[in-house]
Amino acid sequence: MYTQGLDSLGKDCLGDSAAESAALEARFQAKIDAEEKIEPKDWMPEAYRRTLIRQISQHAHSEVIGMLPEGNWITRAPTLRRKAVLIAKVQDEGGHGMYLYSAAETLGISRDQMMQQLLSGAAKYSSIFNYPTLTWADVGAIGWLVDGAAIMNQIPLCRCSYGPYARAMVRICREESFHQRQGFEIMLTLARGTPEQKRMAQDALDRWWWPALMMFGPPDAQSKHTAQSMRWKIKRFTNDELRQKFVDVTVPQAEYLGLKIPDPELRWDEETQHYRFGPIDWGEFERVLAGHGPCNRERLEARRRAWEEGAWVREAAIAHAGKRGQRGVQAA
Amino acid sequence: MTSNVEWPLFEVFVRPRAGLEHKHVGSVHAADARMAIEHARDVYTRRQEGVSIWVVPSAQIVASDPEEADALFDPAQDKVYRHPTFYAIPDEVKNL
Ligand SMILES: [Fe+2]
Ligand SMILES: [Fe+2]
Repeated sequence: MYTQGLDSLGKDCLGDSAAESAALEARFQAKIDAEEKIEPKDWMPEAYRRTLIRQISQHAHSEVIGMLPEGNWITRAPTLRRKAVLIAKVQDEGGHGMYLYSAAETLGISRDQMMQQLLSGAAKYSSIFNYPTLTWADVGAIGWLVDGAAIMNQIPLCRCSYGPYARAMVRICREESFHQRQGFEIMLTLARGTPEQKRMAQDALDRWWWPALMMFGPPDAQSKHTAQSMRWKIKRFTNDELRQKFVDVTVPQAEYLGLKIPDPELRWDEETQHYRFGPIDWGEFERVLAGHGPCNRERLEARRRAWEEGAWVREAAIAHAGKRGQRGVQAA
Repeated sequence: MTSNVEWPLFEVFVRPRAGLEHKHVGSVHAADARMAIEHARDVYTRRQEGVSIWVVPSAQIVASDPEEADALFDPAQDKVYRHPTFYAIPDEVKNL
């Protein structure tokens, strides 16, 4: 699902083009300005390549880590229907990770390199997945809010200047809509249920609302590389623009559910035709991103365990394929 | 961390339904071609997007060089007479 203005986290995104010929650079920018796509073997500035590798791989990691909080509820889904839906949803997220790793590999980084960056903690992933899923209502809130925010982020990425990333995003966006709708349906069922179920839904909204707003990344004023990413048409809207759009569409949905958004400053502004909302705790965002969220350690440990415990399978499969290949040569 | 050999990369082509060509959709890692087809099914056809899959080891693909695209495609550039619109036919003439 989930980019998070993570493209703006690195220091080395900009300017090493001194060595590159200005003519190549100008031609590249002209192509982008003309809305032409850049494809894997085309010339591109090193900084463009590095920015994309970072953004796409972090996006892929977010999809893969994102399977963990929801996977936590697969064995405890309240009905068989909900369980089948949740398995399909989590499997989609794994698929999204695969589309994105595949797109990143076209830029000259290997899947294993990306995996090592994730497991060593060098690569970031969306901070939202470092929060725990305490009740079944959290599965509803994640689909509704987290996938909702992801869709807001991802739709403009379908027009990203880098062809393989744009194509992966088209595929992903086609699949996300069911994720959000199944989440809203869970929330609606709870909101119309017993008082205790409604309380569960409200509690989940209370805990997921602010982290969902943080998914759009730091405010524009602090987002150093937004301008360059927009010039390269990797990004089409700023973090704050996307966040505002998300709030504007989501508040009426919460009202329909009869739930209260946990923001005393939230109000409709006639003049701007937008909802105004209270300040976001960016300190919390920074802490979670730096590794001090409630579940950072647990998430990475789960991935490391999967990688290590799967090692013998990867090795055996490749050894088996090698042997079979040799037998084939001898037989021929 | 355990040492290991990365599974090779395969490019994946899917035929959406009979009557259409196979189209490139992305890539998967797999130990061999059979596994690549199974991975491609799980990754690229979860919603019946295909009736047939091709996988090709990525290392086996030979591609033209975009830097040489101008020279490579140059022979077609000055032959507008290959297009029907090149020919001026009076409006009165029908079925042509
Ligand atoms: Fe996703
Ligand atoms: Fe999703």
